[in-house]
Amino acid sequence: MVISTDNLTFNFGNQTVVKSLSLQVPQGSIYGFLGPNGAGKTTTIKLLMNLLKTQQGTIHIFDLELQSNRVKILSQIGSLIEQPAIYLHMSGRENLLNRALLLQVSEKRVEEMLELVHLSNAAHKKAGQYSLGMKQRLGIALALLSDPKLLILDEPTNGLDPNGIIEIRELLIRLVTKHQKTVFISSHLLAEIERMATHVGIINNGELLFQGSITELQTLSQPLIRIETDNTVDAANLLTRSNYEVTEITDDYIYVPYTGKKQIGGLNTLLNQNNYTVYSIGKQQKDLENLFLAITQTA
Amino acid sequence: MAFWSAILLPLLLCLLLFFGFFIKADQIAKEPGAILWLQFAGAILGIMGSLILPMLIVFIAYSVNSIEHKADTWKTLFSLPISKLSVFSAKYFYAFFLVFLCLLLFVLFTLGFGNLLSTVKPSLRFTEYHIEGVLCKVYFKLFLSSLGILSIQFLLSLLFRDFLKPMGIGFICTITGVILAGNKWKYAYWFPYSHPMLAIQSLMAGSHEKPGPGGMPVIDIEIFSKEIFVSLAIAVVVFVAGYFIVLKKSVR
Repeated sequence: MVISTDNLTFNFGNQTVVKSLSLQVPQGSIYGFLGPNGAGKTTTIKLLMNLLKTQQGTIHIFDLELQSNRVKILSQIGSLIEQPAIYLHMSGRENLLNRALLLQVSEKRVEEMLELVHLSNAAHKKAGQYSLGMKQRLGIALALLSDPKLLILDEPTNGLDPNGIIEIRELLIRLVTKHQKTVFISSHLLAEIERMATHVGIINNGELLFQGSITELQTLSQPLIRIETDNTVDAANLLTRSNYEVTEITDDYIYVPYTGKKQIGGLNTLLNQNNYTVYSIGKQQKDLENLFLAITQTA
Repeated sequence: MAFWSAILLPLLLCLLLFFGFFIKADQIAKEPGAILWLQFAGAILGIMGSLILPMLIVFIAYSVNSIEHKADTWKTLFSLPISKLSVFSAKYFYAFFLVFLCLLLFVLFTLGFGNLLSTVKPSLRFTEYHIEGVLCKVYFKLFLSSLGILSIQFLLSLLFRDFLKPMGIGFICTITGVILAGNKWKYAYWFPYSHPMLAIQSLMAGSHEKPGPGGMPVIDIEIFSKEIFVSLAIAVVVFVAGYFIVLKKSVR
């Protein structure tokens, strides 16, 4: 395990922000840390970075205890916490050079990073004039500068346009598959995480509601059959009369729980025999968003 | 910003003084060299203890820390693989260096512009007297006397994000310090914001009534007086306390 916390609890005053959290982040994973705003994601990340003092429980990173191995652990971590921390009066390159000096990284690496996040052309511009997306990319370059084994990113795609989001996603996937890094990424953009994460932890009100691989998460969600016909309401009535459970009806679609392939054929025949035209019919996974809502609401 | 202000402040003040003396050169041409130097250096030294130095320190301590507050980079600095002591002391010693640099430049510019005056206006007899030693001692004493304030202001600026709190506290304490030292309160040496003023007062007290050999005034300066020891002690104690506060403090 790259990150493993045990019974981590944190209070701000008498408000418990993180409740007995036990995270397990395996090596080589992209761990999506999901939760709505105010769920305790940033607090957890600050605890992992030793910015907040651990009150209860323990944190182990690279199998080392965090408090007693702070500098050694931090030297292997690149991080981006909340909005990127950038000196606005300095150019993008100067920001990186300044950090390179502190981390004793070669200047060549700075140019590589600028290239990587597509800021080479804007490198001489003052960071104060950067757009939100450029600042975010510079923040990611700063996090990657020391070539860390573990990347901890707090909502890194905030403020990026779709292209930027795709680039970051591909970059992270490349880092994990080609360079054996581990990425811990928090987000409230669920669809975003679904596309790259190998592991997921879902947190709400400071409590971990789910933790496991993305496939485990998907099996948790019951697949549905989505049917599109020429007359949604009447078709739904027919299905109900024929003892099918209809879970949801929208203007265009009827949803029925999926049990097997034969069931799809049966549904299709039934509707056709009763003179309904079936435009489309097929199995559908609940997306993470619905799943997430289901998990957070039942808890 | 702090760096340039540490350079520009002595430059501009000494330049201003240079022109002042240049314009009224004819009126003061009769004065002996020693008096000329004392007037020239004294014009700045007079307000140095009461106003310039404490305010300069408030400002330097603030700007060294505010750069991190503004860019929201404390969290980044403290998540780098660098010990908290290094981050804290590097910041502190930069402020320390800036104060030193600024005072050093005051000495150099005072001497430089004084000598320049005597070249431009040979009627001014600056060359008669050598103030270098005395001036260095005075400014060194001022530097030492300011370290207590520096530690306090540095910690305040590190803890408070906004400008008003360290600035306001610094301003009120400076005025209190001047009043205490100005009224010769006998325990004023316990109050760090009085120390620069006390350092200047000791300069006045050190000038002998009787001129020394050759008719030149003699100025004794005892660098390590009790207020300097108090200043140094406060500087060390507050620095160490500040480090432990940083160690315990959560970074938002």
